[in-house]
Amino acid sequence: MKRLFKRKEMTVVISLMALCLLVSLRAPGFLAPKNIDSILNDTCALIIVALGQFMVILIGGIDLSVASTMAFTGMATALINQYNPGIPAWLLLPAGAAIGAVLGMATGSLVAYGGLPPIIASIATMSVYRGIVFVMNKGAWVTPHEMTADYLAIPSAPFLGVSSMIWITVAVIAAAAVFMRLTSSGREVYAFGGNKTAALFAGVSERKVEMVVFTISGLLAGLVGVLWVSRYGMAHSETAAGFELQTVAACVLGGVSMAGGSGTVLGVLIGALFFGAINNALTVVNFSPFYQMAIQGFVILFAIVSNTLIDRKNQMRLVARRKI
Amino acid sequence: MSAPDKNNADGADLGDVSQGVALVDESRLIQGRLGRGARFLGFFLTWESLLFILFLAVMVLNSFLSPVFLDPTNLLDASFNFTEKAIIAMPMIFVIICGDIDISVASIIALSSLFMGMAGQAGAATPTLVCIGLVVGLLAGFFNGLLITRLDIPAIAVTIGSMSLFRGIANAVLGDKAYTKYPSDFGFLGQGYAIGGVVPFQLLVLVAVAGAAALVLNRTVVGRYVYAIGNNKTAAKFTGVPVENVRLGIFAVTGLLSGLAAVFLTSRIGSTRPNIASGWELDIITTVVLGGVAIAGGKGNVAGVIIAIFLLGFMKFGMGVINVPGKVMNIVTGVLLVVAILLPRAVEAARKKALLNRIVP
Repeated sequence: MKRLFKRKEMTVVISLMALCLLVSLRAPGFLAPKNIDSILNDTCALIIVALGQFMVILIGGIDLSVASTMAFTGMATALINQYNPGIPAWLLLPAGAAIGAVLGMATGSLVAYGGLPPIIASIATMSVYRGIVFVMNKGAWVTPHEMTADYLAIPSAPFLGVSSMIWITVAVIAAAAVFMRLTSSGREVYAFGGNKTAALFAGVSERKVEMVVFTISGLLAGLVGVLWVSRYGMAHSETAAGFELQTVAACVLGGVSMAGGSGTVLGVLIGALFFGAINNALTVVNFSPFYQMAIQGFVILFAIVSNTLIDRKNQMRLVARRKI
Repeated sequence: MSAPDKNNADGADLGDVSQGVALVDESRLIQGRLGRGARFLGFFLTWESLLFILFLAVMVLNSFLSPVFLDPTNLLDASFNFTEKAIIAMPMIFVIICGDIDISVASIIALSSLFMGMAGQAGAATPTLVCIGLVVGLLAGFFNGLLITRLDIPAIAVTIGSMSLFRGIANAVLGDKAYTKYPSDFGFLGQGYAIGGVVPFQLLVLVAVAGAAALVLNRTVVGRYVYAIGNNKTAAKFTGVPVENVRLGIFAVTGLLSGLAAVFLTSRIGSTRPNIASGWELDIITTVVLGGVAIAGGKGNVAGVIIAIFLLGFMKFGMGVINVPGKVMNIVTGVLLVVAILLPRAVEAARKKALLNRIVP
C-alpha cells in the first residue's frame, strides 16, 4: 500500500480525483454515468495513440508523425468507403491499422537503417504523409453524405451497452500492458531505453527495437485514424493537426520520462484520461473553450516540475540512507 | 608492491600510445593515397557545398519553369516570406548544437504579438511596441531556460508545455477576436525597404543577426563553450564551463529573437490572431537540421543554415510561382530533409569501402 502511494502515477491519480470532485461540486452532472461515458469516448483516440507514442518515447525517441498517419489512414479508408461502398465497413479497421503499420515501418526504417534521429525522421514523414493526404483527394474533403452509414457507425456501434470505440481501447490497453510486461520484445524496449549500451551488450538488436516501436506506433495511429474520421464524419488534410503533441503531453503527464527508459502503460492511461477530464470539465462548468490550451500547457508544466521534484527528493532519500 | 604494478601499467600505456601513433600514421597514409581527385571530391562532399549545389539547382530549375522567377526585385520580395523564420533559426543553431531543442518559439511569437496588440489597442507608439515585443520574448525564453537548467528537465518536455501555455494564453485572451489597431508607422518594420528602396528592412536585420551569430559562434569563448557542451556536457562541466548559465542565456536569447520575429511578423501582417505563426517551430528546426546542424548536438555552423534558409525559401517561392499547393511543398521539404541527411552518409560509406578495398589487397 505504501509502495503504491510512492509511485509517480499517484500524483496524477490524486489530482485527477481532486479535479473530478471539484468539478462535480459545481456541476453535479459531471460524474453522471452518461457524462463519464462521453469523456471516455472522447479520450479513446488520445489513449490509443499515446500508448504508441509511449513506446517510442521509452527508447528515448519521439514520433511526431502519428497525427499525419491518422489523417492518412482516415482519408484512405474514407475514399475506399466512398468508391467501394460494397466492402464491409468493419474491414476498414484492420485495413487502416495495416496502412498505419506500413507508414510507421517507413519512419522506423529511416531511424533503424538510415540512422536518422527519431525526431528528424518523424518530422520528415509527418510532412510527407500529410502532403500525400492532400494529394490523395486533390485537397477536397470527404463529407458524411459520401460515406456509408455502416462506416459512420463504426465507433458508436454498441456492444453490451458500451460503444465499440471503448471496447477497442480496452483491448489495446490490455494488449499494450501484456506486450510491455510479459513479452521479451516489450522488456527489450525497456532495456534499450534504460541503458542502450548495456542492452546492446545483452544482445538486444537496436534495429529490431526501433522497427518494433515505430511500427506499433504507426499501427495504433492508423487504427485511430479510421475511428476518428468515422466518428467526426469528415476526412480532410487537416485531420488531427497538432494531435501528435497532445499524445506526447499525455505521456509526460503520465510520468513517462522524455529521456527514455521509464514509464508505464497505467501512467499513460491516467495522463490521457486527465486531459479528457479537463476538456470535458471546461465545457461542463461553462468555461470558454478558448482556455483549454492554456490550461493544458499549465498542467503539463506543473506535472513535469512536480515529477522532477518528487524524483529528486526520492533520490536524496536514497543517498541519505546509503552507509558511508 | 603497488609501485612496480604502476610502472607496469605505465608501460602498457606507453604501448597503447605507440599503437595510437601507428594508427595516426596509417590514417596519414590513407590521406596521402587519396590523391588530388579524391581531395577535390572531398571538398564537394562538405555539407555546405552540397547544399549550395542544391541551391543552384533549385535556382536554375525555377528559372526554367517560370521566366519571371529570376528577377532581383521578385527575389528580394520573396525573402519577406522566410526572414522571420530565419531570424529565429540563428539562435536555434546554438540551442541544437548544445543538444537541446526549443519547440515553443512559434508560441512565443503569439505571446509577444498578443502583448503588442494589447499595447497597440491602448494607443502605444511604435518604439514602445517594439520594446514590449522584445521584452515579452526575452521573459518567455528566460522562463523556459530557468525550468530547463535549474530543474534539469529535458528541453523538449519543458518546451512542449510552454508551447501550449504561451499560445494558450493568446487563445484565452483573444478567443476568436483579433487585434488590428497599430500605429501607421509600425508597418515599416515588416513591410518597409532600405538601401535605395529595394532591400527589405527585415532582410538587413537578418544579415546583422546572422553576422552576430557567426561571430559569437566562431570567435568568442561562448561559442567554443557551446560546442564543448554539445560534444560532452559532463566533460565541459568538469573543465569549468558554466554549462547551465550558457544554456540559460541561449534560451533567453532564443526568446528575445522570437520576440523580434514577432515584431516583424505582426508589423508585416498588421494584425494579431491566436494562430499567428502556427507550425513554424517545425519549419525552423527543419531548416537548421538541413543546414547541417547535428540534432544530437556538437556540430554545425551558421553558413550551412543560411544556405538552407535560402534553398528552402526560394524553392517554396518557385513552387508558389507555378501554383504548387503548400501541402505538396511539404512533401518536397520532407523528402529533401531525408535525402540531404542520407545522401552524404551513403557517399561517405561508399568512399570508405572503396578506400579499404584499395589498401587491403
